[in-house]
Amino acid sequence: MNIVIAGHVDHGKSTVIGRLLADTDSLPEGKLEMVKRNCELNSRPFEYAFLLDALKDEQSQGITIDSARVFFSTAKRDYIIIDAPGHIEFLKNMVTGASRAEAALLVIDAAEGIQENSRRHGYMVSMLGIKQIVALVSKMDLVKYDKATFDAIVAEYKKFLSDVNLSGEFIPVSGMAGDNITAAGNRMSWYKGPTVLEALDIFIKDPPAIDKPFRMPVQDVYKFTKWKDNRRVVAGTVATGQINVGDEIVFYPSGKTSSVKSIEGFNCPEHTTASAGEAVAFTLSKQIYIKRGEMAVKANQDHPKVTGRFRANIFWMGKNSLEKNKKYMIKLGTTKETVELEQIIRIINGADLSSETTKRCVERHDVAECIFTSQQALTFDLTEENAATSRFVIVDNYEICGGGIIRQALEDKHLWLRDYVMRRNYKWETGIISREDRAERYNQKSALILITGEKDVGKKSVAKAVEAKLFAEGKIVYFLGIGNILYGVDADIKAPGINSNKPEHLRRLSEVANIMLDAGIILIITAVELTNDDLEIIKGTIDTDSIEVIWVGDSPTDVNYDVKASGVETIDEDIDSIKKMLQNKGIIFKP
Amino acid sequence: MDHLDHLESTSVYILREAYANFKNLCMLWSIGKDSTVMLWLARKAFLGHVPFPLVHIDTGYKIPEMIEYRDKLTREWGLNMIYGMNTDALKKKQTLPSGNVDHLSCCRTLKTEALKHTLSGRWPRHRYNHLKNKYEIDSNTDAFTGVIVGVRSDEEGSRSKERYFSARDRENQWDVADQPPEFWNHYKTDFAPGTHVRVHPLLDWTELNIWEYIQREKIPTVSLYYDQGDGKRYRSLGCDPCTHPIASTSKNVSEIVAEFKSGKLSNIAERSGRAQDKEDGGGLETLRREGYM
Repeated sequence: MNIVIAGHVDHGKSTVIGRLLADTDSLPEGKLEMVKRNCELNSRPFEYAFLLDALKDEQSQGITIDSARVFFSTAKRDYIIIDAPGHIEFLKNMVTGASRAEAALLVIDAAEGIQENSRRHGYMVSMLGIKQIVALVSKMDLVKYDKATFDAIVAEYKKFLSDVNLSGEFIPVSGMAGDNITAAGNRMSWYKGPTVLEALDIFIKDPPAIDKPFRMPVQDVYKFTKWKDNRRVVAGTVATGQINVGDEIVFYPSGKTSSVKSIEGFNCPEHTTASAGEAVAFTLSKQIYIKRGEMAVKANQDHPKVTGRFRANIFWMGKNSLEKNKKYMIKLGTTKETVELEQIIRIINGADLSSETTKRCVERHDVAECIFTSQQALTFDLTEENAATSRFVIVDNYEICGGGIIRQALEDKHLWLRDYVMRRNYKWETGIISREDRAERYNQKSALILITGEKDVGKKSVAKAVEAKLFAEGKIVYFLGIGNILYGVDADIKAPGINSNKPEHLRRLSEVANIMLDAGIILIITAVELTNDDLEIIKGTIDTDSIEVIWVGDSPTDVNYDVKASGVETIDEDIDSIKKMLQNKGIIFKP
Repeated sequence: MDHLDHLESTSVYILREAYANFKNLCMLWSIGKDSTVMLWLARKAFLGHVPFPLVHIDTGYKIPEMIEYRDKLTREWGLNMIYGMNTDALKKKQTLPSGNVDHLSCCRTLKTEALKHTLSGRWPRHRYNHLKNKYEIDSNTDAFTGVIVGVRSDEEGSRSKERYFSARDRENQWDVADQPPEFWNHYKTDFAPGTHVRVHPLLDWTELNIWEYIQREKIPTVSLYYDQGDGKRYRSLGCDPCTHPIASTSKNVSEIVAEFKSGKLSNIAERSGRAQDKEDGGGLETLRREGYM
């Protein structure tokens, strides 16, 4: 069982653990003597904490920098004690340590009383999802084992804990003298509760969340043809619930559906069921195109939320503040998406839980309630319903800078579109021929080449030239002018005037394109001045990652294009650079 | 799920995350028990296959059985096997057995340096050709950006501070004091150009867990771990001149598991037979900051 020990700096966590190890004979032979000898050599008084501070840096600074893991066992079970640093500078290390724990020991110095990090750590423990805690009031020897001092701390901290939805036992201890660590001793006869050692054994091992609905973030889809293995398997670790062979499942956010054909493994007995905590791989009865980042859900259970806007509680550890109008990456389950901070509802002071609403950014070590908007829809549950699938981290400049739990799903601007697409995907009928089969036969991956730019810059010339070039090289390619859609598929909504219902036009265009892409074609479409918003509608509708945008002309644009073409004058160069890009992306092969 | 199932699941998740996130990924295989268990876990994760290269740093002083065992499994399991070596230092005899340098410098030269340059692709990589049954110089010299390593946190102090995904800078250096946070199964999978990430799927395993798993899964291990009749066996494997066997009569896996459970080994450090750890009052930590496994 993993236990984290946390608390304010210098409140004696390492001493408590050191004592626990020494008194239970859990130290390697000679370690205690060695540390004592080192102390003598350096004429420093011996401290139990030195046993843990294995790294040289820590010994010189006297504070725990990182979460050291200590292995130790009682007659009942094995423990990993994670020693989390109490210094505010090392909050990210404390979080790392605590997130691996199933229970927490929170240490409070009897002499100093409740300090900033006593509360902050309690709050973090609660946010990280740890439910079982025991508070140790340490250094009782310094307050002459006084019951009143202990009672005052208990009363104050108990109130704080209930504010963050936690509760637990309190134990008065002295790491230095050894009281109530492994044995009660006789200096605090007024205390009748368990010792630290006994309290550890009382913690209950978290049962795997089998009762919750089935959730499995897809880690990958494997097909190891190189080793002549033709199984196509969906791999991932079951977050909650249980799945059986034959169960119908839906993948979100795409809404595609299939059922479990078999559960595969290596060097293990055949099994037909998998539950929370298991790393599994299964094959599907109906071949559908899904990818990493989707969430597998059982069709007949509660569905997760799918949206690009949500309200969350977060904690921030980045050196740079979390700001609006800046792009971050969010990692949720196995998805990674671009996200922006839309609104700070309030900043909660982690130390005393007071709140502030005027701050314009979330600073390092702040805890806040915010609204986020993501570019593409995310799949999640609310923290009250299923904590495991409500948790996310935020990455800024390669580093994980914050973590959060989702409290509320909010409507986003693409809701109307997603409903169509999910229904379509849910009802989609596939033949026996898969996408991979087609790609192999046609010697190309299907892709959409979107050629856009201002009016009269030669978009169609570029499009038709690319079509002709690829066709001449044996590719299956098709040019689709937007006018071909406007007067046919869009006839009923084509009003006089322009762009009267642009989103719907785009949706229909994308639906037509989606069918042609599913058929394995390289499709070239031209459209006047597409914006990033337009691209999001197209991306949200079309079921492929291969959308390449070509911007034609010299005018500046904020559209994220893959190739910039200059138009009629240099058409051969344009074709060349488009071809090269298609080769680099593996859509067509290099000669 | 019992404890071993739980450890297995966590390691498999980490291996799959590594495979999904790193294009140039490799696994260090020291031929020892830990990294062999890790290799087995990769086969668990990828349905019997190992879809990335295995890298072994051959110091030229490895115990001969280790190399035989390595090549045997390479053939049987169809592994994409690569080894790297500091041939220059061996030629110039800058080694401890030649009497020219001390323990730490020898490890630094034959292991840390060889590892650094093999990973970056600057030094030749010897890759096993399964058709010709021999090693050839690999034409691929792309730097590995993700390196899977089989360290366990109960081995010694500095390893107990490791992350599952641990960043290394351009010089392979490890900044222990400023490590990225890691929580809720989210790891550091984004990295700046020129840096790389070490992946540690075995952090939570103890030495006993490793042996119990070898026993449960019937994983083939090198014979040096077992007493061959002289009352001695190796507990930790390294270079011949610097690795010493312990007194033990365990002749097979179940006897080793029983030996651990009896508590007979609990007061002796696992790496006590490894000479380099003892120099400089913290030799392994010094080595590890510089890029050693």
